[in-house]
Amino acid sequence: MIGRRRPFRASALTAVAVVFLPGLGLGASPAGAYAPQDAAGTSTAASAGEIADLLHGQRNGAWKSTYRPLASGPTLIRGATVMTAAGEEIEGGDLFMRDGKIVEVGRNLDVPAGTDVIDASGRFVTPGIIDTHSHLGVSPSPSISSTSDTNESTDPNTAEVWAMHSVWPQDPGFTRALAAGVTTLQILPGSANLIGGRGITLKTVPGRTVQEMMFPDAPMALKMACGENPKRVYGGRQRSPRTRMGNMAGYREAFIEAERYRRRWDAWIEGGMTGDVGDAEDAGDAEDVGDTGYTGDARNSKGPPVRDLAKETLAEVLRGAIFVHNHCYRADEMAQMMDLAREFGFRIRSFHHAIEAYKLRDLLARDTVAASMWVDWWGFKLEAYDAVPQNIALVSEAGARAILHTDSDMGIQVMNQDAARAMYAGRAAGIDVGRDEALRWITANPAWALGLDDRVGTLQPGKNADLVIWSGDPFSVYSRADQVFIDGALIYDRSRSDVQPTTDFELGILPSSGQGGDR
Amino acid sequence: MTARTIAAALAVSAALLLSATRPGELAAQNLAIVGATVYPVSGPPIEGATVLVRDGLISAVGMDVPVPADDFAVFDARGKVVTPGFFDAGTQIGLVEIGLESTTVDSRVDGDPVSAAFDVVDGFNPNSTLIPINRLGGVTTTAALPTGGLIAGQGAVIDLTGETVEAMLVKPRAAMAASFGPGAAAATGGARGAASLRLREVLDDARYWASHREAYDRGEVRPLSVSRLDLEALQPVLAGEIPLVVQVDRASDILAVLRIAEEYGVRPVIRRGTEAWMVAEQLAERNVPVIVKPLTSLPDGFDRLGARFDNAAILHEAGVAVAVSSFQSHRAHNIGLEAGNAIRFGLPWDAALRAVTLTPAEIYGVADRYGSIEAGKVGNLVVWSGDPFELSSRAEEVIIRGVRVPRASRQLELLERYRTLDGGHPPAYRGDGDGGPGGS
Repeated sequence: MIGRRRPFRASALTAVAVVFLPGLGLGASPAGAYAPQDAAGTSTAASAGEIADLLHGQRNGAWKSTYRPLASGPTLIRGATVMTAAGEEIEGGDLFMRDGKIVEVGRNLDVPAGTDVIDASGRFVTPGIIDTHSHLGVSPSPSISSTSDTNESTDPNTAEVWAMHSVWPQDPGFTRALAAGVTTLQILPGSANLIGGRGITLKTVPGRTVQEMMFPDAPMALKMACGENPKRVYGGRQRSPRTRMGNMAGYREAFIEAERYRRRWDAWIEGGMTGDVGDAEDAGDAEDVGDTGYTGDARNSKGPPVRDLAKETLAEVLRGAIFVHNHCYRADEMAQMMDLAREFGFRIRSFHHAIEAYKLRDLLARDTVAASMWVDWWGFKLEAYDAVPQNIALVSEAGARAILHTDSDMGIQVMNQDAARAMYAGRAAGIDVGRDEALRWITANPAWALGLDDRVGTLQPGKNADLVIWSGDPFSVYSRADQVFIDGALIYDRSRSDVQPTTDFELGILPSSGQGGDR
Repeated sequence: MTARTIAAALAVSAALLLSATRPGELAAQNLAIVGATVYPVSGPPIEGATVLVRDGLISAVGMDVPVPADDFAVFDARGKVVTPGFFDAGTQIGLVEIGLESTTVDSRVDGDPVSAAFDVVDGFNPNSTLIPINRLGGVTTTAALPTGGLIAGQGAVIDLTGETVEAMLVKPRAAMAASFGPGAAAATGGARGAASLRLREVLDDARYWASHREAYDRGEVRPLSVSRLDLEALQPVLAGEIPLVVQVDRASDILAVLRIAEEYGVRPVIRRGTEAWMVAEQLAERNVPVIVKPLTSLPDGFDRLGARFDNAAILHEAGVAVAVSSFQSHRAHNIGLEAGNAIRFGLPWDAALRAVTLTPAEIYGVADRYGSIEAGKVGNLVVWSGDPFELSSRAEEVIIRGVRVPRASRQLELLERYRTLDGGHPPAYRGDGDGGPGGS
């Protein structure tokens, strides 16, 4: 049935032809000339961005970030130890930021009149901390059944779900992470499923809606999980997967279907978005064409293929527009997953909880797959039995992308400390780990894993002014985040209660004397 | 001397001479640790002090202690810091190997909310891999506590060295572990009032049983709510000989525990105590210690809405005896990290050191032998490269009962095996040269 639901808005795609693919992702440049024609014969054009949004499930501007930076003026941080995470640690350094960007980093900077000057002598400045693995908002505080929105553990493949649709912006964990210097974090679905769904990258800014917290134009993630969790969850229900080989069959079957789906959509777009896509072979497709909002002759299958949310997400993985973040503890399973990626032609951006990454660090370096790791979690299950506290240092030494992640609402509040501990554990074992290198484990490297390394993760001119002023060396247990800036705006100040966001949830839940303090 | 000036002074410390000694070489010898800054905990720090350990016990500590001419292995610890071994006031080390593998979990009795007679000792695994990993991080002693239910059972104080549990035991049946709040309520009928009712009933029955033992054995008593073994196990609790260590968070739940404890003459210890700071005065008045996890800041349950980083600092300021625990078994060595974070949020440095040494020893009634560096006490010591709470510091030597702990653990073997991935034979051919099962 055509137009069973609301017609597609004329301002967006209205039947277009396009020269296109491969590797079209978010933010791709216009894809070429169109010969568009809508149902009324009016010429229109669809930009590559619009097509990208269509394929990504973000048509009409839906599910996009509405984040706006807080107001900020030009600001100079003066006299700090500036740890750039780009190779330098500048003592007595200055950092100048304006219009949300870092303008200059160095010593004795000249700045325009009207610049706010912050005396940071004796203090340290780092990039804002980035966590590749968080469940804040989806497993928020209070942790009770009514807030448990992380695992859609109803099927081993739930590629159709998006973590952003579970995020509760009033999770007090967001404000705690911010107060600990975290500015960017990736919220992932849980690990009960082989394919858990899409992750979303947020800023630790207070928002009424998740859209107000979304990092603009950040790639989304696909959460996948190896090993014990999926086979425990589903094996216990007498269904597949019950074994690790069942796990692998589950991924492969999903990607075989996704590949077919991707080809059909890509062919339809390449064919001018008006042609017969051959969906007639699938019973019922023609009737469903109206769901897409595209006009076309349904009886002749002259419309886009039928949408399938799960396959849509996996197709975007195959196009490289969604990054795979893969919960995978054991070295042998990581190697299997790298073969899976090879079979279907996608990339795994980062392994997570990569307890045994050190055993496989040469292959991680070779294939440019990052490893997101803890410093010393171990033993809670068998696949976490072979942990060593030098894991991160060894992976880093091998030239692979080493990342310290948390998966913890408490861990995310001490990422600077955990990076320090991983650094010192490495040094104690004779692994030569530098301070800048260790800082990159919680800044530049996670930025790369999230596809944001052109925008955040280092203190370099042109980067977003996301940074932290620490009371002392961030690698000391005694140091605290004094001030946190996001896009050049002061968003947290330890010494000013009016610059400390509080969630709705925490209002009035304690006797008044209980508010404030070191929360 | 503050923690920071110590750290600064130690940053330029002399070369480590301890490493010159071979592992195991000094195992049976008497030790003289010379030149370190010693924190006895029971008194002010002593710079450049000597600590003598003879036959497993500390025999002398001070500035001008002469080292006996013979029979003492001398550690030059100049530039180092020496503290008592850390004492974690509650872990499941030896009771849990792999959390999700039930065949390796011996810390809890399922099915009955009251298992007072349950004693952790028989299930304790002296070969647990957790033991070497944690002691190399500076934990020398722990209270192995059972978990779960309303009354979980009896915990034991354990030194982290020895081939059998008997050899490791410091004090069996040193505490009765319990909990109060939503978990105990769920186990006893749903409401907190149901949990308190059950607790009172059990304590009532235990008191009654004590004065009716013979009648009980003749089968001439009223029905009692729990077994004879549970009733018997509770006698030292009713007598105030061992503490009732109660895991409880909400302020009103803590007050309920204090109320019940007073009714029965029980000596409570609050464990976790997320909202303890809200009732700090009441705790101080009654001399009730609190075992806290300083890295707690989230209202992650409706009984923990008052979570805050400075809980320990507020309690200490109010005069409450504070112990710090990692609340971890696999990573009990993070007790120092926890204490460091307590300092970050206002706990004085000296109080933080006491919170991981002498206060836990006092809680479990072993402070006559543990928790400080004094002549006559057990030789549990750690030589730190610097401030024991600072991230850059490491436990360079761990001494338990006067014996140096070997630098060996499963983690170190894995590290050694995979330190390089150079060609040649696969990693499986590296390490374990001392022949484990199947070894030559």
